Amino acid sequence: MELFRSEEMQLCQLMIPAEAAHDTVAALGEVGMLQFKDLNAERTAFQRTYANEIKRCDEMARQLRFFTTEVEKAGIPVAPRLSSEGNLDFDALEAKLAQLESELSELNGNSDRLHRSHNELLELQLVLERASSFFEDARSSADRAQRETAAAAFDSATPDIGAPLLESAQAFEPKAVQLGFTAGTVPVEKLAPFERLLFRSTRGNMFLKFTPVGSVADPATGERQEKAVFVVFFAGERARQKILKICEAFAANRYPFPDDLSRQRQMNAEVNGRLRELHTTLEAGDRLREGVLQAIALNLDGWSVQVRREKATYHTLNKLSVDVTRKVLVAEAWVPVAAKGRVRDALRLAALRAASVMGTVFQPMITYEPPPTYHQTSKFTSAFQGIVDAYGIARYREANPGVFTIITFPFLFAVMFGDIGHGILMLMFALLLVLREKKMAKQDLGDILGMMFGGRYIILLMSVFSIYTGFVYNEIFSVVTTFFGRTRFACATDGSLTDPVAMMMDHSLCPSAFKTGLEMQTTGSPFAFGVDPAWHGTRTELQYLNSLKMKMSIVLGVVQMNAGIILSYFNQRYFADTLSTLCEFIPQMIFLNALFGYLCILILLKWATGSTADLYHTLIYMFLNPGDVDCGGACPENKMFPGQAGLQVFLLLAAFVSVPIMLLPKPLILKKRHEKRTQQSASYGLLSPEENAFRFQRYSDEESVGGGEAAAGHTRAPAQTSGAHAGGGHGDGHGEEFDFGEVMVHQMIHTIEFVLGAVSNTASYLRLWALSLAHSQLSAVFYDRVLMGQIQGGGSPFAIVVAFYVFTCATLGVLMVMESLSAFLHALRLHWVEFQNKFYHGDGYQFAPFSFETIDQEPL
Amino acid sequence: MSFGEDTSEMCLFNVKDGFLEAVVRGYKLGLLSTADYNNLCQCETLEDIKLYLTGTDYGPYLANEASPMHTTTLVDCCTRKLVADWKYMRENAGEPMGRFLDYCTYGHMIDNVVLIVTGTLHERDVQELLDKCNPLGMFDAIASLAVAQNMRDLYRLVLVDTPLAPYFSENLTSEDLDEMNIEVMRNTLYKAYLDDFSSFVHGVGGTTGAVMGEMLSFEADRRALNITLNSIGTELTRDDRRKLYANFGLLYPHGQAELAVAEDFDQIRSVMEKCPPYQAIFSRLGLGESQMLDKILYEEEVRQLINTYEQQFHYGVFYAYMRLREQEIRNVMWIAECVAQDQKNRVQDGIVFTF
Repeated sequence: MELFRSEEMQLCQLMIPAEAAHDTVAALGEVGMLQFKDLNAERTAFQRTYANEIKRCDEMARQLRFFTTEVEKAGIPVAPRLSSEGNLDFDALEAKLAQLESELSELNGNSDRLHRSHNELLELQLVLERASSFFEDARSSADRAQRETAAAAFDSATPDIGAPLLESAQAFEPKAVQLGFTAGTVPVEKLAPFERLLFRSTRGNMFLKFTPVGSVADPATGERQEKAVFVVFFAGERARQKILKICEAFAANRYPFPDDLSRQRQMNAEVNGRLRELHTTLEAGDRLREGVLQAIALNLDGWSVQVRREKATYHTLNKLSVDVTRKVLVAEAWVPVAAKGRVRDALRLAALRAASVMGTVFQPMITYEPPPTYHQTSKFTSAFQGIVDAYGIARYREANPGVFTIITFPFLFAVMFGDIGHGILMLMFALLLVLREKKMAKQDLGDILGMMFGGRYIILLMSVFSIYTGFVYNEIFSVVTTFFGRTRFACATDGSLTDPVAMMMDHSLCPSAFKTGLEMQTTGSPFAFGVDPAWHGTRTELQYLNSLKMKMSIVLGVVQMNAGIILSYFNQRYFADTLSTLCEFIPQMIFLNALFGYLCILILLKWATGSTADLYHTLIYMFLNPGDVDCGGACPENKMFPGQAGLQVFLLLAAFVSVPIMLLPKPLILKKRHEKRTQQSASYGLLSPEENAFRFQRYSDEESVGGGEAAAGHTRAPAQTSGAHAGGGHGDGHGEEFDFGEVMVHQMIHTIEFVLGAVSNTASYLRLWALSLAHSQLSAVFYDRVLMGQIQGGGSPFAIVVAFYVFTCATLGVLMVMESLSAFLHALRLHWVEFQNKFYHGDGYQFAPFSFETIDQEPL
Repeated sequence: MSFGEDTSEMCLFNVKDGFLEAVVRGYKLGLLSTADYNNLCQCETLEDIKLYLTGTDYGPYLANEASPMHTTTLVDCCTRKLVADWKYMRENAGEPMGRFLDYCTYGHMIDNVVLIVTGTLHERDVQELLDKCNPLGMFDAIASLAVAQNMRDLYRLVLVDTPLAPYFSENLTSEDLDEMNIEVMRNTLYKAYLDDFSSFVHGVGGTTGAVMGEMLSFEADRRALNITLNSIGTELTRDDRRKLYANFGLLYPHGQAELAVAEDFDQIRSVMEKCPPYQAIFSRLGLGESQMLDKILYEEEVRQLINTYEQQFHYGVFYAYMRLREQEIRNVMWIAECVAQDQKNRVQDGIVFTF
């Protein structure tokens, strides 16, 4: 039962010799069982003792991040951690990282330069290719135009009016003015504004020709961009100046482009030659760089782990207070009592290794602070504990509902999700997750699958229980099963007729079935397990199942709520709070069981005896007309056992009496105690022996039974001032605040909450029935109407295939995903609200130890 | 504000803008508090400042900066955070919030245009000027501002495409453009921008109109005050001065008329004190302490900006976030400069505390 109450914790003080501090704390991180308290909370990050080391760690982490991105960019796999070189000491590692960084940035700089010129040459090559084709085109089209106009002139002596004047003029007398031009590349998305601006600035006196060349590495940034080669023609020096500036503004790279064809070819050849040369240089450079990166990749993970641990160690060291002489560091930390031995061993080893004269002093402290809550969970229980923790972390050492959740949660889920077929589907999914657990744990599964993976054992249990309740409901994809034999019902007159549907179809088969109903063939031996298949498909199926499931829900609910109240008794006993046991636990048990416990007994009785009593009527008239069970003789079937009327009156009275007991005595007694205590403290008196005794005092939320309140137990923590707890004494018992009004109001709220809750929570459990009904009806609709509707309705094979497809999608999408989610949520609610509000405070805080194991998971 | 409008705002605001309002309120929680500033003031080196800021919202932007730090890198990193936040909100904004967010940045755009133009007139390198521009006020063709040789070209080539174009075309003739003093141009544009922004927020109406109207009035009045202060003793005529005041604000129109003829600080002061909200500000100012005015006005602005978060369902919070972040960056810059230049005794003087 180690999960039932959280681990016992102790606040311990560690006095660590300064010279061994770092190693000691690192050793403790290895153990991972100490939660250090921040003793320098008032000091800012940079004022703390080890701020400089933290800065160095940050710097190293930055370098490592730089290496990681570089290694990833180069596509080199990072070796899993701890290679031979993983154990450099801090300073050496720092130096090594700095050296590697400068080396790598130098290499990067070189290769960047090379890449830039390489990319420039590539662009130049493109420009040469494309621009020369512009010129070629222009030349050929000019030739053609010249020929055409000449021909046109020859054809008709009078020139066509529509013919452009300029062109013909140009064609006849080639312009003497030399047009300037410039060529280059520009990103495609900037092309339009580029052209617009060119046009505006030269007032239209320019001509831009461009052609997209696809994705090209930009020389300046090295990133690939969609680019276009352009040639812009202009006239005049001023236009040239402007265009150059515009090119600059648009990050357009200009390239020299000779207008003479032979020089173009020559340049092309030159560029090709230089490209080849550069290529070999680049390759050599890249090989060198890759070598360096590979060496880094080999150690990267080890270094990252080391730096992360160093940083966490220094962060922890910063939490320690430094003694004035600077010889000793003082730490305060919460330790699970069970782990103290391991901590001691680690401390001894660390002291040996550090060869310091003084070992670390490790001693328990007295504190009034509530200790953190630490549940040791396994991979199986952690998800269930997660369900409870999501509501609230348990108070220190209070009863943990997580233990019960492991079974009750999947069970309540299954009550709502009972179907063998759906259970098997879910079981397959859960098994997939569980069996491939080792492999999947290492992958990043994404949000949704990751969540399911985390809850794989919940899903597993949910599916197993679903199969079980599926057998109880006797449904597999809403089809009835005969695993436990044939139906035990038959026609009263003809024992061989057992199919109720056939009888319904043909009334002449068994007329008695419509008057007295079917009969069990052999009385006293009902269907072995679950619902008799005879009910399936009959007109009364729904009424029968509703009645069954509704009653079952109430029985389950009352049992679970009783369990909750009993757990509150375990808490009260553990914290030695007899007053609450007497004034809360006992009246609560009486109240709930006098009304709803009694109802459950009636339900079971009715099931067992086959009585036809109307339980609604019985329960309602128990209040309206106490002492009268059989409506004054009008409904004798309601009387189920002799003395029922008297018992009901007694139960009703007991329930009514228990309400004021819940409400009044406790605040009054607390007030009395407080007054007595203040009187005592007014005069000096001898301490009673047990008050003086050093005894283990449990962390209590109530100012409980007298005795060792004032004694300072070594893990004695204060009563918290929250909630209804009388007086938040700090263990001294003197001068504490006691506000009777507040206590009274809280008690009133609790009483009202419980009394109303007994009714509303019981009603709330009816959701079990409602969701189970919805589930079976939905699956019946998909099966009967969609799939069977086609098959039996004589649909074409094609229609049957389509219907099967629809059926599968609906089963997976609606039932397996949406229905299971809603059942999950309702089960969650039943646990959080109906079950846990009976006993669970959930106002503790989680134990968060300083542990390398968790630190290794964090990103750098 | 009518009941119906109010209700519809409450019902419908969140449909489109609720997400971003939540986001901006989250961002606002990341602003440095007085305690943060007190801690920052105790820093000994820029490395300390970096270490401290790593623990705030600036962390991811600072973590990858190599040592040693400089004030400019520090401020750059902080600005990057604001720009990233702003971009995120702009990308997620629908209409009319998108336009509102754009409007908030036009002021920076004007500043950038003026910066580039003065820079080119003094023959500075364009790239260097671009680095100095406020990233919030960037637009595509900004680099080509340098192409323009004169003001007319400037408008014709570049600004036509920007949202600033109407401010030019409606308020400045091409003659103005050629001979106008650059500062006068900046203020003329700013006046047009404020008038436009104000009519826009009143068009949006509702709480946005009310809250932003207040903020913009303050901004308009502050500019009017600064213009008057800076133009004393220059050749700017009263009429020209008058033209630079925005057409709204608490001082509009009588206060502005009086400001236009004010000739020294005491006259300005007597004009401002006629307006109750400013009376309180000026009463904090001793006689002749005009240097403190800036800081007091900043403090007043910060107070108003924080007040915008008291109301829900309006766009003022976005404007306020931008302004508060900018103030914070100015504060960080001041602290960093003080630390870098070993002037720690003056560090408290320049900080405008936000929370």
